[in-house]
Amino acid sequence: MADILKPRDDKDLAETVAKLAAANVAIEVKGAGTKRGIGRPITAATIIETSAMTGLTLYEPTELVMSARAGTPLAQIEATLAERGQLLAFEPIDLGPISGGAGGQQTIGGVFATGASGPRRITSGAARDHILGVKAVNGRGEIFKSGGRVLKNVTGYDVGRALVGSWGTLAILTELTFKVMPRPERTETLVWPGLTEEIAVEAMCAALGTPFEVNGTMHLSAALTSRLELKSLAREAAPITAIRIENFASAVDYRANRLADALKIFGTPQKLGHDASLAFWEELRRLSVFTRLASEAPRQLWRLATSPRKAPAVMAAIRRNTEAEACLDASGGLIWLEVPASADAGAADIRRILAGAGGHATLISADREVRESVEVFHPMNAVIERLSTGLKDAFDPARILNPGRMYATL
Amino acid sequence: MIIQLPEPDLSIVGRREQIVAALVGIAGRDAVVSDEDGRRAFETDAMTSYRRMPLAVVLPTSTEAIANVLRYCNANNLKVVARGAGTSLCGGALPAEDAIVVGVSRMSRVLDIDYAGRTMRVEAGITNLAITGEVAPEGFFYAPDPSSQLSCTLAGNIAMNSGGAHCLKYGVTTNNVLGVRVVLMNGDIVDIGGDQLDGGGYDILSLMIGSEGQLGIITEATVRIIKAAEGARPMLLGFDTNEAAGQCVAGIIASGIIPVAMEFMDRPAIEVCESFAKAGYPLDAEALLIIEVEGSEAEIAERLAQIQEIAKPFRPTTATISTNAAQSARIWKGRKSAFGALGRIADYYCMDGTIPLSRLPETLTAISRICTGYGLKVANIFHAGDGNLHPLIMFDANDPASEAKAEQAGMDILKLCVEVGGWLTGEHGVGIEKRDLMRFQFTPDDLAQQMRIKSVFDPRWLLNPAKVFPLDARVGFEPAATATAAIRRAAA
Repeated sequence: MADILKPRDDKDLAETVAKLAAANVAIEVKGAGTKRGIGRPITAATIIETSAMTGLTLYEPTELVMSARAGTPLAQIEATLAERGQLLAFEPIDLGPISGGAGGQQTIGGVFATGASGPRRITSGAARDHILGVKAVNGRGEIFKSGGRVLKNVTGYDVGRALVGSWGTLAILTELTFKVMPRPERTETLVWPGLTEEIAVEAMCAALGTPFEVNGTMHLSAALTSRLELKSLAREAAPITAIRIENFASAVDYRANRLADALKIFGTPQKLGHDASLAFWEELRRLSVFTRLASEAPRQLWRLATSPRKAPAVMAAIRRNTEAEACLDASGGLIWLEVPASADAGAADIRRILAGAGGHATLISADREVRESVEVFHPMNAVIERLSTGLKDAFDPARILNPGRMYATL
Repeated sequence: MIIQLPEPDLSIVGRREQIVAALVGIAGRDAVVSDEDGRRAFETDAMTSYRRMPLAVVLPTSTEAIANVLRYCNANNLKVVARGAGTSLCGGALPAEDAIVVGVSRMSRVLDIDYAGRTMRVEAGITNLAITGEVAPEGFFYAPDPSSQLSCTLAGNIAMNSGGAHCLKYGVTTNNVLGVRVVLMNGDIVDIGGDQLDGGGYDILSLMIGSEGQLGIITEATVRIIKAAEGARPMLLGFDTNEAAGQCVAGIIASGIIPVAMEFMDRPAIEVCESFAKAGYPLDAEALLIIEVEGSEAEIAERLAQIQEIAKPFRPTTATISTNAAQSARIWKGRKSAFGALGRIADYYCMDGTIPLSRLPETLTAISRICTGYGLKVANIFHAGDGNLHPLIMFDANDPASEAKAEQAGMDILKLCVEVGGWLTGEHGVGIEKRDLMRFQFTPDDLAQQMRIKSVFDPRWLLNPAKVFPLDARVGFEPAATATAAIRRAAA
């Protein structure tokens, strides 16, 4: 069994890491542990948990800024924001349930360490776009900061932003400062049933090319639609294409009508209304269409990033060799791809196709043995590998922080 | 002039003819500027009080040519200063006598526009405004809009992570760039990010953007383009006190409205701009807000009425909603001509700190006290939505004592920004201007982490020397061969 340490604060953490670095002891960095099933499996003699470093340290609703210690549960942060009519605009997705972990438990440190962003990313940006400042401890056991509580800041290199999505391999985040936004008064979703993937991408791109500030686009295959908890949509028995608008109530009504009109060549959409819209996008945030599979044949889940115009060809090429279900987020620029389980999760095929089209793929859900043998994160070219290795050494020269979690050599 | 610059390496300066010949061999005669008159155009940037004649200037037309130049410079331990249009306000593009300027201004082609995916691929020497100009006929725009947008290049914007007046809603450069092609100091060409929304692996793009030309030279980029709103309209709100204006801004944000711009001007700024632009600004106000919202006609009317209602408890002395396009244009002309208008009555030094909105009134009072203490006048412009403060310190450039006082007042103001919880720079960058204040902002460990990153990309520390990091903080990070002159100078 690994030792589990729960440092009280960054000073305590720094001393602990310095000692472990001197002894060359590998550390698994852990928040609530909901995403331990993602990435390359690691074996570390010591686990450092952020669970004793919790609590908000700053919240200024009128300056759109909040700071919290890394171990603070996301749920607590979202509840506090909701009291003041605000939210995290990047709508962090919950990767816990689909990767074998718990749902609704993730910490704010885990959200930023993994760059967990949701469907609003298409317009409002990702986790990396909302980080303002970090405090962290590097693999040398040094406390450092980058950025702070102001929205605009170019003082020094943007180190904090680069730590977002580094999966605890460069530093252990201890405190995050991030931008928050007003919660929209009204949410509406227009849903077109029955569009093919290719036509759906066209419709979603057209929607984003209107001035109505579309803030979420999603296309679900027929099989995925049937797995929705929202029964009114699950009954469609057809693929659906959903487009979200958020704003003040009067603006949403106007914009939804104008948008439906602008996209009328794709048919007449149904309107979900405010409450069903919230439920629908909340369901997508949990990726629950991919978790309700226990009784079916084992499947594996990929996250593909490409440009929307290439998405239909990418999907067509993938389907040539495998029976895949897909959910197209970000007007097709982000594909959640479910494939039948196999020893290499179809990695060779998927990555060959993406190499031609441009983009990258991350294996999100697969058994441990698969994640041991397949590159989970997208393979690096020689120059990127040299820079990434250099960065690892610049933060963690003893290579003790989450060693091998992203890449075997880092 | 209170900022120390390193003594040039005379052994390099002495080899100038030989180096120029080599550069001509690599990049071609047309790409190399070596005569004195030609080089003089590159001896400074928009921080004009500091000037250094570069050893030579190279203006290549391809990524490969830049790679060849950097490979040569790296092999010969020659320092390189990357340059876009030279509009940096912090000395970020200031050359050195022993350094080669590598400019990207001749690389300005549009390579691809993807309206469906809302991205655009360009060479990085394109000007900021030309990007929007290219897609405006289709109703799209590129969001970051620094004041220098007519001339500044995307490469420079990426190097400094430039902002502008519309960041509250649309973000800054780092939120609007998806990928870059970079030439590293050793001549490697690498694509970071791409045309998809997120990169795989480490977010190296985040480090590249805002690295002030110290990690590599950007030659191409993929940027996000956004469909413009149906319409936009500003309103003016005048107040008796800075407190009232600040509270009104807080009230607007608390209501859930995110205006596309919220610009604050204090009385001296109002007076200067109004006398120049006749924008209709109230001359009886201590503080003025220009607030712009976007949307359909009906949405704009509703939102501005809401803002007017929010402002009431703060007793605005003026509340004017623009009624037509001409009036809107005049209102923005006043704000946008602030720098030019001020330049007609005095030389001025444009500062760029950030502060928490709640500390605005006391900060403005303290700034006024600092400047009065040096016998100088100051006007303040503030991007109220994002806390970015631009004090404009007026001085007489013909009087070196006055100029030195202005610089000193500027340093004091930036320290004040840090003391109230803000930061040294919101959008201009560190360059040489704020280099020696970095230790006021960062601990030695904070700086060490950044300097180790610098060494990953540019192990010999040849790119944009003597900027960003205090000269005497570099010991142990900057290789001795490069640093000798700098450290000798700083220690003196």
